[in-house]
Amino acid sequence: MNLKLKIWRQQNSNDKGKIVDYNITGISGDMSFLEMLDVLNEDLIEKNDTPVSFDHDCREGICGMCSLQINGEPHGPDKGVTTCQLHMRSFKDGDTIYIEPFRAKAFPIIKDLVVDRSAFDRIQQSGAYVSVNTSGNTQDANSIPIPKEDADMAFDAATCIGCGACVAACKNSSAMLFTSAKVSQFALLPQGKVEAKKRVQDMVAQMDAEGFGNCSNTGACEAECPKGISLENIARMNRELISAKVAVKH
Amino acid sequence: MSKSGLFKSSIGRKFAMALSALFLMIFLLQHLVINITAIISPDTFNELSHFMGTNPLVQFLAQPILIFAVVFHFVMGMYLEVKNKAARPVSYNKFNGGANSSWMSRNMAISGLVILAFLVLHFIDFWFPEINTKYIVGDMSGMHNGEFRYYEELLHKFANPARVIAYIVAFILLALHLMHGFGSAFQSMGQNNKYIDGLKKFGVIYSVAVPLGFIIIAIVLYVTTLN
Repeated sequence: MNLKLKIWRQQNSNDKGKIVDYNITGISGDMSFLEMLDVLNEDLIEKNDTPVSFDHDCREGICGMCSLQINGEPHGPDKGVTTCQLHMRSFKDGDTIYIEPFRAKAFPIIKDLVVDRSAFDRIQQSGAYVSVNTSGNTQDANSIPIPKEDADMAFDAATCIGCGACVAACKNSSAMLFTSAKVSQFALLPQGKVEAKKRVQDMVAQMDAEGFGNCSNTGACEAECPKGISLENIARMNRELISAKVAVKH
Repeated sequence: MSKSGLFKSSIGRKFAMALSALFLMIFLLQHLVINITAIISPDTFNELSHFMGTNPLVQFLAQPILIFAVVFHFVMGMYLEVKNKAARPVSYNKFNGGANSSWMSRNMAISGLVILAFLVLHFIDFWFPEINTKYIVGDMSGMHNGEFRYYEELLHKFANPARVIAYIVAFILLALHLMHGFGSAFQSMGQNNKYIDGLKKFGVIYSVAVPLGFIIIAIVLYVTTLN
């Protein structure tokens, strides 16, 4: 199939950037979206042009590295998939496809479609861990009984790959779904409960400090999340934060 | 760094929005109940209006709380809207919001501003004249030519079809605002549990029924003036 691509090109973080039009031909419906961009880049390299920079790593839908706002939706029109798992059969011959970076103040553009998502790392570092004594006397994890339902919910939250689609989809560039998934995966388990109050306050404070927007409960994040992370996690984080703020002596 | 107060965090501010919203939704229901009496029994409407207009608890406790809640909900809503806009300084060339969320959830600021404009009109129509009569002129009797004046004043206002249309438009926007706001308030307060589906269904009924009630009353009053 033949496509018209409208791709955001920006040399570096200081460049203003603009949409550049490309025509691409001979694309198979079996190609992934990233493979289609590979074909475009090979064309550009042959013409001594600068290839389009974009993020990718595993190309198996599990690493969270690929991004892209495709026709106004993070990871494109298909639900529950990352861009690397989006196939060109989701498009029709002659389609025009807008390809833009994930946009948020907290995700500055490095080049073209590559954005700096280290704000997520800093949110993680601010509390998404359990402090354990690694002296070698760690007890067997199975010795702590955990209700199946709690374990399942914690695991569901832990499937978040931190790709940033929630931020990209949200009209407010809010990182609440990501942060709440990371808060929830610990808050639901006995090992995480010990530091739960401090964790949620530190992580929300870091989230706010990074410049992400507030949550308007539009549900766009949940709808676009390639891993189907639920809004229930945001409600849980709200609960955790409100009770922590009320309970903790300042 | 995390030891700041609840209302300095993004979640705390949403919590405050939700609390003020719940208060306003309860007020709205009470307002509707009194208005319904206007089309069923004008005498009852007159008596209730006189009670609400002269009872010191309503006037000097409930009314200031209500005004504070309205102002707070508006100012905080606009503050959050400005902050949210700032979180995406460069917008998308193509943004397909309809693919993942409802129009009303993405445009609460727009429906909110229409409701605020309506409130200004509503205050000019009823609240300012009331305050003037009672506290500036000093006439606390609620009487005009030997009869309660409230119902007559109400009819007088709704004789104007332009006002009726403005009210209807505002209440449609209010319905859209509530349609998202009701469920959203519970989510902001952390209530997403086994009751949420039932609450959301109740929210839809509330969001349609309450504004529709106000619309029907406005139309009935207008029709009454035609006779």
